[in-house]
Amino acid sequence: MDWESILSNTASWLISPETIAYALAALGLAVHFGYGGLLNFGMAGFMALGAYGYAISILTFGLPWWAGILVGMLASVVFAFILGIPTLRLRADYLAIVTIAAAEIVRLLFTTQVFDSVTNSADGLGNYHAGFRAANPFPEGTYGFGPWTYNANGWWVRVFGIGLLIIAALLVFLLMRSPWGRVLKGIREDEDAVRALGKNVFAYKMQALIVGGLFGALGGVVFALPSAVVPSVYVTSLTFFIWTILLLGGAATVFGPILGAVIFWVIMGFLSNVLPAMASSGLLPFMSTTQAATLRFILVGAALMLIVIFRPQGILGNKKELTFVKQ
Amino acid sequence: MSSNSSAQSPVKSTGLHIGDAAPGVAKVDPIIIADNVTRTFGGLKAVDVDHLEVPRGAITALIGPNGAGKTTLFNLLTGFDKPDTGTWTFDGKRLNGVPAFRVARMGQVRTFQLTKALGLLTVLENMKLGAQKQTGENMFSSLIKPLWTKQESEIEERAMEILARFKLDTKKDDFAASLSGGQRKLLEMARALMSSPKLVMLDEPMAGVNPALTQSLLDHILNLKQEGMSVLFVEHDMHMVRHIADWVIVMAEGRVVAEGDPHTVMEDPAVIDAYLGSHQDVDLGVVTGRISGEKTAEAEELLAEIDAEVGLTDSAAYSADPEKNEDTK
Repeated sequence: MDWESILSNTASWLISPETIAYALAALGLAVHFGYGGLLNFGMAGFMALGAYGYAISILTFGLPWWAGILVGMLASVVFAFILGIPTLRLRADYLAIVTIAAAEIVRLLFTTQVFDSVTNSADGLGNYHAGFRAANPFPEGTYGFGPWTYNANGWWVRVFGIGLLIIAALLVFLLMRSPWGRVLKGIREDEDAVRALGKNVFAYKMQALIVGGLFGALGGVVFALPSAVVPSVYVTSLTFFIWTILLLGGAATVFGPILGAVIFWVIMGFLSNVLPAMASSGLLPFMSTTQAATLRFILVGAALMLIVIFRPQGILGNKKELTFVKQ
Repeated sequence: MSSNSSAQSPVKSTGLHIGDAAPGVAKVDPIIIADNVTRTFGGLKAVDVDHLEVPRGAITALIGPNGAGKTTLFNLLTGFDKPDTGTWTFDGKRLNGVPAFRVARMGQVRTFQLTKALGLLTVLENMKLGAQKQTGENMFSSLIKPLWTKQESEIEERAMEILARFKLDTKKDDFAASLSGGQRKLLEMARALMSSPKLVMLDEPMAGVNPALTQSLLDHILNLKQEGMSVLFVEHDMHMVRHIADWVIVMAEGRVVAEGDPHTVMEDPAVIDAYLGSHQDVDLGVVTGRISGEKTAEAEELLAEIDAEVGLTDSAAYSADPEKNEDTK
């Protein structure tokens, strides 16, 4: 086995656009679930709206790239309102059902032939990079060292994504140390008690849904920046990968989702390199290299179960939270 | 603070009503006036109150058997449930159709029968949540700390003051989930006080509280009155009602069946019938034969009554013989 290339490929995942995109979406989910107790199973829908909002604005309407990002964010706000108005007054489990269905509706709307002229249906969208790349402050060339050697465009996407992630993390930190965050955490524990203390619970839940949804949409944008927008990416399993990341890192933490995304993608990258290599060198009998590459998803599923059973508060979560069983 | 009130019997407020004490009697200075409030669950009329006034500056007890509609009435008055019909005012302002959080903002706060301490918030955070009109609770101003630090430290100071009164100040950094059941009741009451309410509504404040804490809870409720707040509470503990309530409202099957000062009300035959049971002096153990003892005339009378009722419903399954009754159950 070629350990050098395996480790190098693994290390490159540390700051890949995918990692940054997932970290942003997981941070949004932390606002929803970790702090607000909102069971959002439709993060893929928010991400799809961000990505398609960006791509369609540029390709169909000829808007500049930054306006495309704003359109993606606006779309996620509208989506949050559509989801929230009927369901946030109900119990948390209803939101879960509605969000999972709504995200699928969003994906199917982007896939259907009806809007083919705009969405290019199942083939997805590409070639919208000109504006973003023109704004690249890095001069042409290849930079970096070791596994982190990219060309100017590669660095621009990463630096831009990390910048967004830092701003998002800072916002979450500022919000959650404030009395606003206290109300949100109170709602997570028992919304009737908070209502009895004179807080407009519905408004707070809606604000949290919008803020988290915005981070999800930005995640979708970062995901779309280097490559293309393909509807088959925004399936329910994407939502569950985000949930895995969130629970791995710690649901009610600022850095947990980021750490979780890095660990998730480094492990996924490692397994996708090492498992086929093991299969081809005969270490995994009964398995072809393609089968071995898919084995990582089984391992991720098993890891998710182990986390939830043995460390429900995640890597960075507060140990004390584990001491008390919630009713 | 009157820590000695436990030893003496509290000063009762009197002269609260106008005219004879009857269901729906007018009060000298009412804080809540409710008219024609009804709420049905399917075919069951849970609350059916024609007219009710709650006096200001006094401790009012709402008593009644299980299922009398006390908690439902509480939920209606606080906006947690919507009535089928009815209007009511709080402090002169119409309150029907007003959502629960606005009701609380007007100065009418409630606690819950099943304590709602916010488990994974610390005791101090629980307290701070109770304060009203916080700048930092607006999403946009929350981002800029200098806008709310001053108010936050004032709130913290007030919170510590109240916590000290409730002897919870040493627990300020503990998660509320780590408190005992009685301490959570205290915390919930303390949290409600953070909003400086005009009317405090306590739903079974004594349920599940150990006797050692009962006295301190009683003192806290009496203190609320001394500080000028009105209190309305639901309670099953008759000794407590007699001890601290200035006024008692009795509900049964959704209706107000009696009102008055505690001593008069508890001698009212309608109340005894509805709530205390007409044979409150009879030891049921003696009646059923579980405990050996002399059957008094009253016990014999009760036994005869039971026989008559049982005979009407199912004479085959029951007999007057207590041992056989045990077997059939």
